[in-house]
Amino acid sequence: MLDKIIDGNIRAVSRAISLVENDGRDKEALIDQLYPNCGSAVVWGVTGPPGAGKSTLVDKLIKRERAQDHKVAVIAVDPSSPFSGGAILGDRLRMQRHATDPNVFIRSMASRGHLGGVAGATSDAIKVFDAAGFDVIIIETIGVGQTEVEIIEISDIVLLVLVPGMGDEIQALKAGVMEIGDIFIVNKKDHHGADKLKAEVEYVLNLKDTKNSERNPVVMTNANLDEGIQKLHESIYEYLETIKNNQQLKANRKKRLVSEIKNILTAKMVEQFSNYVDINQEIKKWSEQVYNGQIRPYQLINDKIQSFIKELQKNDIEN
Amino acid sequence: MAKNTRILMAKPGLDGHDRGAKYIARALKDHGYEVIYTGIRQTPESIVQTALQEDVDFVGLSLLSGAHNELFPKIVELLRENEAEDITVFGGGVIPEQDIPVLKEKGIKAVFTPGTPIDEVVEFIEEHTKK
Repeated sequence: MLDKIIDGNIRAVSRAISLVENDGRDKEALIDQLYPNCGSAVVWGVTGPPGAGKSTLVDKLIKRERAQDHKVAVIAVDPSSPFSGGAILGDRLRMQRHATDPNVFIRSMASRGHLGGVAGATSDAIKVFDAAGFDVIIIETIGVGQTEVEIIEISDIVLLVLVPGMGDEIQALKAGVMEIGDIFIVNKKDHHGADKLKAEVEYVLNLKDTKNSERNPVVMTNANLDEGIQKLHESIYEYLETIKNNQQLKANRKKRLVSEIKNILTAKMVEQFSNYVDINQEIKKWSEQVYNGQIRPYQLINDKIQSFIKELQKNDIEN
Repeated sequence: MAKNTRILMAKPGLDGHDRGAKYIARALKDHGYEVIYTGIRQTPESIVQTALQEDVDFVGLSLLSGAHNELFPKIVELLRENEAEDITVFGGGVIPEQDIPVLKEKGIKAVFTPGTPIDEVVEFIEEHTKK
């Protein structure tokens, strides 16, 4: 399987992504084995509110990338239903013209309850595409609100897609999503209020303490009509060049590793603890106890973790 | 995390009537499946490439133009050529009764005509899901 993935075989890549999505048994070994082949792809994050035109924009960017003969992978994340767990994955609808291009691989991904705008498996899926030799990996987040900012932890550059009609400049000033854009895109520039939005975003960016040469670009587009995309594409490469030269790219990638390792650690610790107690089973009992006032939540969890650690130490001594 | 069943809903051919496909997509989502929707006017080639990239378990085809006898088997054939015959293909739409046995013979596992209760489709998916 490994050789086939590195060869870029569609089915092998596709199945490897399912494996990481389903958290299959062989996932850890696979990712570790692919690791030495990773690091050459550039990861673009595309985020913004629902209906801002992210998918249409990605479609047009794929076209520009293909004109340069780059191999492009897209991971398009859509939300899973909190009720049924099902999902409608409809982002690729806007990109179907590339479906038969062997150098474009589009994969839809359901968030499966993961918060933060991407899926839990997105960062491992990036590694599969990276090892498979894709030059550019575009991650399209779910439509975000104000706090889904995980995209910065997995991409080299973040394109924030905005549309007119979302409020005044105070919205643009707020913390959260508005802070994570490397390139700001005002899409649907033909709509009323687009110029005002651009001015507001620029105003807020002016308040940021950056050198003129490193200021975040604001680009106006009409993705539907393919307007402004060429300029956007150029801005992306200029920005990448800037962060390569000022070492920011390297620093970002190191920062990414910090959060990646932290995530693995957290997941592994929960997994270890789950081997000790069946959390899904016990948690109902615990919540019942907290509800009835028998115990307080922090006290309960501290007690459980203490006895878990004691159990581990006991095992250590016995071994 | 358990394996989620993934289903591609696609409309081959030239008709633009996608209400049926959207209805099925929505109902399958409500039953807990991950449904990839490609939209109208897809070629058999684009549907098959999509199925491969998305690693789906099922491909559901909706067609109301009358071209099902050509397009449905073509998709089964292309899947086979790509060593993806493990993907289960089913169809729906305005399809005359007498065409159904022929389609089944050519590898379309089920054909759902207008008025089929959604439970029947779900039952079919459950039955054919690889455990």
